[in-house]
Amino acid sequence: MTKFDSDPVFRYIGKKRRTKEDPRFVMGRGRFVADVALAGMKHVALLASSHASARIVSIDTAAALALPGVHYVLTGEEFCDACDTLQIGVDAPKVTRYALARGVVRYAGEWVAAVVADTRAIAEDAVELIEAEYEPTPHVVDPEQAVREDSPLVHPAHGSNVILHKRFVWGAVDDAFARAEHTLALRAVWGRSSTVPIETFGVAAQWDAGLEILDVWASIQMPKFPDQLARALRLPGNAVRVHYDVDVGGSYGVKRGLKHTVLVGYLAKRLGMPVRLIEDRLENMRGGDMHGPDRIFDVQVAFDADSTLRALKIRALDDVGAYAGRSPFQLGKPVTAICGPYRIAAIEYEPIAVLTHKTPEEAVRGFGQAPTNFAIERTIDCVARHLGMDPIEVRRRNLIRKEEFPYRIPSGSTYDSGDYHTVLDKALAASGYAALVNQRDSARRAGRLAGIGIATCLEPNGGNSGFEPLLNPKNDTTTWMDSCLVRVDLSGAITGVMGTSSSGQGHETLVSTVIGEVLERDPAGIRVVRADSLQALPSNSPVGSRMAIMLGGAAAGAARKIKETLIEIAAHKLGCTMESVEYSEGDASVRGHPDQRLTWDALIAIAHRKIHEMPPGIEPGLQAKFVWEVPTGGALPAADNTVQIYPCYSFEAHVVYVEIDPDTAAPVLRQYVCGHDCGVMITPDIVHGMTYGGIAHGIGAALYEKFSYNEDGQLMSGSFMDYLLPSAMEVPAITIVDHCTPSPLTTFGQKGSGEAGYLGAPAAIANAINDALGTLDARIDTLPMTHDALWQVIHEARTRKQNP
Amino acid sequence: MSEKRHAVAIEVNGVTRTGEVPARLSLVDWLRDELRLTGTHIGCEHGICGACSVMLDGEPVRSCLMFAVQADGHRVTTVEGLANPDGTPSVLQDSFCETHALQCGYCTPGMLIAAQALLDAVPQPTEAQIRDAIGGNLCRCTGYQQIVDAIKHAAARLARKTGSESNFEAL
Repeated sequence: MTKFDSDPVFRYIGKKRRTKEDPRFVMGRGRFVADVALAGMKHVALLASSHASARIVSIDTAAALALPGVHYVLTGEEFCDACDTLQIGVDAPKVTRYALARGVVRYAGEWVAAVVADTRAIAEDAVELIEAEYEPTPHVVDPEQAVREDSPLVHPAHGSNVILHKRFVWGAVDDAFARAEHTLALRAVWGRSSTVPIETFGVAAQWDAGLEILDVWASIQMPKFPDQLARALRLPGNAVRVHYDVDVGGSYGVKRGLKHTVLVGYLAKRLGMPVRLIEDRLENMRGGDMHGPDRIFDVQVAFDADSTLRALKIRALDDVGAYAGRSPFQLGKPVTAICGPYRIAAIEYEPIAVLTHKTPEEAVRGFGQAPTNFAIERTIDCVARHLGMDPIEVRRRNLIRKEEFPYRIPSGSTYDSGDYHTVLDKALAASGYAALVNQRDSARRAGRLAGIGIATCLEPNGGNSGFEPLLNPKNDTTTWMDSCLVRVDLSGAITGVMGTSSSGQGHETLVSTVIGEVLERDPAGIRVVRADSLQALPSNSPVGSRMAIMLGGAAAGAARKIKETLIEIAAHKLGCTMESVEYSEGDASVRGHPDQRLTWDALIAIAHRKIHEMPPGIEPGLQAKFVWEVPTGGALPAADNTVQIYPCYSFEAHVVYVEIDPDTAAPVLRQYVCGHDCGVMITPDIVHGMTYGGIAHGIGAALYEKFSYNEDGQLMSGSFMDYLLPSAMEVPAITIVDHCTPSPLTTFGQKGSGEAGYLGAPAAIANAINDALGTLDARIDTLPMTHDALWQVIHEARTRKQNP
Repeated sequence: MSEKRHAVAIEVNGVTRTGEVPARLSLVDWLRDELRLTGTHIGCEHGICGACSVMLDGEPVRSCLMFAVQADGHRVTTVEGLANPDGTPSVLQDSFCETHALQCGYCTPGMLIAAQALLDAVPQPTEAQIRDAIGGNLCRCTGYQQIVDAIKHAAARLARKTGSESNFEAL
């Protein structure tokens, strides 16, 4: 039972209530993009490059075009003249990017030609008939080779494979290293994985020649998607209409098919036919441009004999693949929590983004924070091992204390609130920690490899843009607002209007709960709809764990305006001051005079029909919009490169117990506890669900999932038989322990939680595996720690012991 | 393209549906595109993810790995056929809502099929049996916990209905 559950302040927030979305999905009545059927719709299939790096000598499309049922075959020669390049976030304008290659291909799987046919099957048949001739050119798939001057260049026009290289120093780092009693260095490697939703990306588009509008239905989760789409298609923004009432089958960051949509939008307009592209799994894995961070961390840490952390140096080399949109910014968000939950006064951070001949990287859950947390948490455990101290004790000594909030970290962000020690203690208690240690030790005595892993990690949330100007001074974006419109119709029914799509986060439940809370009306009767992009108020989409804060805040703001209008109407009609109106469950009365009362229906009737009873200056009809700016946002980085990026900081403490089969090296997670504090939870079932799911995703990143490339630059794990997603057999039962430290910055004290679990699970599992391997004097700091990799490490350690 | 077509008659959710299909048309494409039963989803088209699961004569199968012609003369149940005869959600469907056993809803139809097939065969399963039964269905949202909870909850509710013992307490 969490604190707020018994808190009488809230009527609907924090209560066990069913979600608005679940019923339609369990009945098979979702409406996903593949369910959108447009009359006369044609289907796209794609020819993908078979080379990592090559010059396109020729593409012969004649046989494909001659196949009955085929309408068009498009190549880069036409397409790249007709459309503009997709935007790149960092300052590298020569790194251009189109949906179809022209002249050269830069990764195996890159799209070379698109066929439009009556059915997807015919389109696939036609793709087989295209004859493309390539002349292979030198390629590079190793990021450490790609940064060298003698490396083949992915984009020769850019002059280098490095598209971002910064070095930030916050505080007296060198001095701290000189004075500290101990230092150590480690390398931690985060493997290339992704969120891999079960629904691939899909888009359908239709050009309305009468209205001159391109209608788009897409499986999308992307800020500024309509703007970027219109720009690439050389259309005014108001000629693109994105329909957000499409259910998105999972995203967790990656559903950003801008290139897909530019391609399909172009074809729909060019051919005057509705066109759709639904990726098949290989197109998704290889050419969908949705891989996650692929990062090598070199960390140095300075600390004292009592484990007090003095300074940290992090060099992060990220392999972003062959093209970049926003992906290099994933090196920027972690600046907002670069010291983790610890008091570290001096930090050096050197982010480098490098291009290679691999599938491009896209935004993945946490936007770079999960890899960074993994590197920090491995560092903490290495400090503990170096000093022979308990990793829990090292954390307790260095965690920011409750009374120190709000706490400004060296890179300029201020953490809003937290109680890290209590959350860690609650997680340990729930794990039965002393007994767990005994269990581990007796497993070891019985000859098994067993380990306990701890990770204490931050979840920055509220999604703001401060890292953009930090990494690219030409980008002066300082706001990432979100908004909501609330309407009360003549029947008295309430509708909340939001302007973005959802991919499982339960935004309809969020908006209705918040509106119901403010207006004291049952959320079950409140409808939430999604405006299309031409009717919507501004939104920056559900990224950066921002919607509980931003959409929740906006919905509350709009509902409060409605409530204020109702009170003003009541005061005018009842002849009293607004302050003496008592509002209760939608009715208004004069305080102390319950007989002088106007019902909800009477108030609505005045607002909609009786201008003669309205107070002067109030608009008739009853609707209100609220656009909310991210709390603490609005400032560009200071001259010393400090900047407040995200506003709110949730906290998670993981305790995981793992046993590794000594013969097969198969790891089994025997116990999993996560202590979690994301402030006030608006719908606990939703928060818990996302946290369980984040942990499962983290288990995948830690142990199973990797986009592997061979030396030729071919993706070796393009199917679910090679890229392994954890099933119910690999994900154990998980215990979540809630704690609530409200945020002082938000409407109800809520923080974000969409990235919960994932931000600490890989770190905790890596620490548990290394605790187990420690008994062999072995360690592993490369993710994923696959069976094969673990077997190798164990085998080498045993060989070393046998032949010292 | 003039492909040879084959007549099929398949009982889908209790109603015999007929059609003429090319030999290469998968069962899931027939259900979705011809019958417009879009509750069954496509995730991988190589039999791993389970999003396309339907019941064939009561057994869960991958409708992406099966041709429509192979289902000729058989009985298919999709997610649209799981509800009570009056159209209200079944105990299992309602239990998924009670425990919030889904987020994006994409794997949900396949999960429901796998879970219903389990409950039909083993009305009172253990947690290990539940995890085994849904082990061939991938979910990226939930970490499976609230799905396992939903199936336990449904088993307990069904036990209460029939007056039998359950391994689990209804929530």
